[in-house]
Amino acid sequence: MADYEIPELKDIPVIPSIKEGAMAHSAPFVSRAPFQEKLGYPDELVDNWQEVAIEKLGDMTKKYRSLKVFLDSCVKCGACTDKCHYFLGTTDPKNMPVARQDLLRKVYRRYFTLAGKFFPKLVGATDLTKEVLDDWYSYYHQCSQCRRCSVFCPYGIDTAEISMAAREILDTVGVGQKYCNEIIGKVYEIGNNLGLPGPALKATLEDLEEDVEDDTGVAVKYPLDVQGADVLVVTPSADFFAEPHIDGLIGYGKVLHQAGISWTLSSHASEAGNFGMFLGSYDNMKRVAWRIREAALDLGVKRIVVGECGHAWRVAYQFWNTIAGPFDFLDPNYPVPQHIIEVTHDLIQRGALNLDPSANDDKRVTFHDSCNVARATRMGNTPGGQFVLPREVIKASVNHYFDMAPETIHDSTFCCGGGGGLLTDDLMELRVKGAMPRMQALNEVVKENDVNYLAAICAICKSQFTKTLPYYNFPMDMIGSVHGLVSEAIQLGTKE
Amino acid sequence: MSMLTLGYSVLFYFAAFILFAGLAFRIYTYAKTPSPLKIVVTPAPTTKAGVVYRMWREVVLFESLFRSSKWTWVFGWAFHFGMLLVLLRHLRYIIETPWTWVNMIQPFGIYAGFLMLLGLLGLWARRILVDRVRYISAPSDHLMLAMIVGITATGLLMKFVSGTDVIAVKNFMLGLIYFDIQPMPEDPILLTHLGLVGLLMIVFPYSKLLHAPGVFFSPTRTQVDNPREQRHVTPWAKDDVS
Repeated sequence: MADYEIPELKDIPVIPSIKEGAMAHSAPFVSRAPFQEKLGYPDELVDNWQEVAIEKLGDMTKKYRSLKVFLDSCVKCGACTDKCHYFLGTTDPKNMPVARQDLLRKVYRRYFTLAGKFFPKLVGATDLTKEVLDDWYSYYHQCSQCRRCSVFCPYGIDTAEISMAAREILDTVGVGQKYCNEIIGKVYEIGNNLGLPGPALKATLEDLEEDVEDDTGVAVKYPLDVQGADVLVVTPSADFFAEPHIDGLIGYGKVLHQAGISWTLSSHASEAGNFGMFLGSYDNMKRVAWRIREAALDLGVKRIVVGECGHAWRVAYQFWNTIAGPFDFLDPNYPVPQHIIEVTHDLIQRGALNLDPSANDDKRVTFHDSCNVARATRMGNTPGGQFVLPREVIKASVNHYFDMAPETIHDSTFCCGGGGGLLTDDLMELRVKGAMPRMQALNEVVKENDVNYLAAICAICKSQFTKTLPYYNFPMDMIGSVHGLVSEAIQLGTKE
Repeated sequence: MSMLTLGYSVLFYFAAFILFAGLAFRIYTYAKTPSPLKIVVTPAPTTKAGVVYRMWREVVLFESLFRSSKWTWVFGWAFHFGMLLVLLRHLRYIIETPWTWVNMIQPFGIYAGFLMLLGLLGLWARRILVDRVRYISAPSDHLMLAMIVGITATGLLMKFVSGTDVIAVKNFMLGLIYFDIQPMPEDPILLTHLGLVGLLMIVFPYSKLLHAPGVFFSPTRTQVDNPREQRHVTPWAKDDVS
């Protein structure tokens, strides 16, 4: 199946011994000219790249307190060393969060600290050489920016911030990553990550309406660009045709239909995902997010609801108000933005939905907390609501629910292995190995509780697991959308 | 005035200047560097009072470290808590008539030296024995431990083995404070102890010891989780796309 070793799932998780250089060969395809220009980056490595990179690093430490404080504060205590799923899956020591940070920190120390200028060997500072730059490209694309390390760091040092900064420096000197940069270009030109044009989207949604009506006998609408609708739903474009994502979209439609909420999708903002965050590029992230503000204003909606997508929800929840706000033109009675899980949860609480969990009696379900949802956002008014609400929605829709081991869920959750702009076939080895800790925890509930269904609320998690589950001898269709479960359980025609 | 007294006086004035000016400059830099985005790690408090409580747990109990590694927590906390008591005990050398509570903690402060040493040796053992921690250690990480172990060991030696003229030490320290230089006692262990302390003060603002002020400026811990309720805007990130 592959020309590398698939990690073995053990009975008890073990911290592996380090193996230097184990993943030194891993690097994604480099971005080419047409993709770079659209994002405002040079086509290829610029001649004075060293100078440009160091200047950019200095500039960013003045613009981002996080970067400055994180580069200064690490004491090398080692608390994070066994926390990264890529380290656990690959055993490469440069995938330990602190070692990954040190790739940038050693250059920062060399050029920006007194100790590093005068005693580089003593404090582990090095010049910025081509080898260091190549290491950056390799290992900053072995970080999914999932922030698990930050939870366990006594100073809250967040490797995601470091890897975002490093990627922004790499882009600035002309070494971008093809997968992310090509996708952002598509968003600018066509409106979504998958490059699905407006007319094709319209046709897809019409087909979906027919399918749902054939299936249920109820005419559930999946409206596009409806002026004056109350709710704008912004969802990852994978929801429009990828499996199992589309079951989630079908579910959103059924929920909103039964609740009698007028809603619409937008062809202008037909993508919730925002790969600008993965690049660490404030400007690109802002430009991508701005489309959603424009769509909301054009359509005259009162609320914005975000579909099942992990990093999109992080950008929406933590950043939108800053980079695309203020949203004072929306209805102040609802949070801006709102997650579809919050909407469905609220409707369940108010008795507005008729759910029959026995419709899912063939499933024994567990829930994968997606990293960005778990560690960068909230749902509802209470801290930790991001763990409670999705589980309550699932439990209202199924009869058999089991959590995975406590050290692998909630804010200790393991990334799926494909987040942070790494969901590309040229990083397949990394993705398979990075999925190991989650597969390990899944394996335990499969053995103990006969779990046969892994529910998630993130488009990247769903795609990643569809690809990686078979490597660990699980069926690929074991992964599904939370709103796919709601979709099965909802009794259409009984409430409306 | 002997060369020795002059040398140590100059060292301490210089070290104190570097420590306070250096730290003030760092803190000023951290404080004025903006946090353009909300990046708090959740679940997080939704109020400022909640953040104060979270930071209290982080700084006093090392909560996150407790979650990540029990051994590192045991040694790290023993060292830091021991050091706190030892430092408070040392107030009696720089205050003419020590406050009552400084007198009361003297016995605890003395034995806290052992706690501190135990913690340091445990942390050092981890750095050598655990392959992951060995990999991330630079020479400076070992030197830093060596320096603090040296300070602790010489302190304990003076207390429990050789003894030193503490009245003379106090006179010297008070002399520095009131700009009325008094002779430095010629005890080699004391000289080592104070020499290393001076060195540590100088290194502080240029080293990983910056974790002490840094933790108070770490946005993932210090921000309030309220991005939807309150718009977060910082100066350079204000301009709107049109």
